[in-house]
Amino acid sequence: MVTAERVWEALAEIPDPEIPALSLVDLGVVRDVEVDGDRVHVGFTPTFLGCPALEVMREQMAERIRGLGAKPDVEVLSEGWSSDRITDEGRRKLHDSGFAPPSGKAPPTLLQIQTGTHPCPYCGSTDTRLDNLFGPTPCRSIRYCNACRQPFEQFKTV
Amino acid sequence: MSAQELLQLADDELFLGWRNSEWTGIAPFLEEDVAFSSIAQTEIGHARAWYELAAKELGSDADSLAFDRDPDEYLCAPLVEMRMVDDWARTIARHWLYENADAIRIQVLLNSTNREVAGLAEKIDREEAYHRMHAAMWEERLRDEPKFGVAIDELWPYALGVLSEEQRPLLCQAVDRDEVQAIERGLHIEDLRPLLEEMTMVRRSVPGASW
Repeated sequence: MVTAERVWEALAEIPDPEIPALSLVDLGVVRDVEVDGDRVHVGFTPTFLGCPALEVMREQMAERIRGLGAKPDVEVLSEGWSSDRITDEGRRKLHDSGFAPPSGKAPPTLLQIQTGTHPCPYCGSTDTRLDNLFGPTPCRSIRYCNACRQPFEQFKTV
Repeated sequence: MSAQELLQLADDELFLGWRNSEWTGIAPFLEEDVAFSSIAQTEIGHARAWYELAAKELGSDADSLAFDRDPDEYLCAPLVEMRMVDDWARTIARHWLYENADAIRIQVLLNSTNREVAGLAEKIDREEAYHRMHAAMWEERLRDEPKFGVAIDELWPYALGVLSEEQRPLLCQAVDRDEVQAIERGLHIEDLRPLLEEMTMVRRSVPGASW
């Protein structure tokens, strides 16, 4: 008999399709897990609506749940996801893989993004500047570190 | 909220997303290649989410609503139909006007009594905040350029047409301009047909295929 705890453990093993260092649980996209007999309901809040990883995430969760011998019911919730939901563990993993974790609480203002403290994930310097609000995926901006002269990806605060 | 209203939102975001994607690879510099491609991706993501809601009411699916209607059935505002490559001043003028209008519309949707609509508006608003910041940065940079001013004058009646009549005074306030006769949604311009031809080409080539 599957328990909610086992499901959470299984979901914590699924890497984010675009930032594999992070699991879906670290990312905070799994809102709740309910077990009812052999049915497992997962409330899921995708990060960005245009994110192509959405379907992949949904399928991977269903697959893991089937792997536990249960029937998955992955529901995409209408409530929004916020970068505030990334766990402390998730933030540490982001940093260690060269992504600056989201800075400050959502929603940000342009002034905060331009002048707030955004440390470089490589050298730790706070002498960094915004290079582009947009990056290679919807969830990232590009910043540049003036100290180690390294561009880096900053997870957006949303 | 009626299916027609959902389709207006979805069509606006789909066509604008498509138009923005036309800058991929040819924007004035690399950062804007990335920015406009990313904005296009999120706008089309929003379109899909609105189409999915409309599809539930209409007993259809998002792809059919996006690609299988007759040109006259699309409900987008003419502002988003215009092909603007390779005129950067006009593109930024449209971007800034649209984002201002869209922000007003989203505020109304946030208070919708329909939980799905309000929830979706909340998600979309978080993402649109970045589009608005990007548009505001560009408006500040181009504000005193004569070419940009001409583009704003040209597009202003179209921008008003994005909103319903009662929302228009809020847009006038937001961009500090007087209300004029709006160019209403549903009045399609010549650019629509070639856009639809291109956008639906793959789908028409293999009817009923699943991708």
